Amino acid sequence: MTLELSHYNAALLFALCASTVFGITQRNTPKDMFRYGAYCFVLFAVGVIVASWAMWLIKH
Amino acid sequence: MANPQSSAAVGQRSPKTAAAQTGSMGTIAPIAGWLVPGLGHFIQRRYIRGLLLMLAVFIMFFAGLAMQGKVYAFNTGDLLDILGFVGDLGSGLLYFLARSMDWGGGNIHRAVADYGTKYIVVAGLLNIIAAVDAHHIAIGKKP
Repeated sequence: MTLELSHYNAALLFALCASTVFGITQRNTPKDMFRYGAYCFVLFAVGVIVASWAMWLIKH
Repeated sequence: MANPQSSAAVGQRSPKTAAAQTGSMGTIAPIAGWLVPGLGHFIQRRYIRGLLLMLAVFIMFFAGLAMQGKVYAFNTGDLLDILGFVGDLGSGLLYFLARSMDWGGGNIHRAVADYGTKYIVVAGLLNIIAAVDAHHIAIGKKP
């Protein structure tokens, strides 16, 4: 089986899994875990977009 | 902060027995968590956390393999290859399964295969974080 993902979808899947682990391991209560996981996910997702535009600007 | 569940259980046992059990769990939990992602939490009755950690590591590892990522073998060559091996090893039995089944040959002709290689390494690193978390729960540092 071969998985074909676009660059952004691959980054989002990475962000989802990493955020889940970060949220569970770095906070003590379920509410804080969820909030921190969501925060990490948003940072990953927005960070990818910002980095993409930065690379585009460098190229052009 | 002391673990409330552990503290309640400790109150019913002699301090010596409780300390011995906490000490053994502090060793067993991270090893179990390293060998099977999430197992360190499962054996301490943190079922939901264990399940989510297991899913996260399994999905990353197998998605990496499905993207034709490379599983590093033991090597003493390039430093990045050595670090890749160390990262991969963090997946525990998943790593040995992949090696024994000859999965993860890699594919240099596909850009996404390089992502797959990183997925597999990061799955191992995340599993190490999860195993350390299981240790912290076992010693009462985290609820």
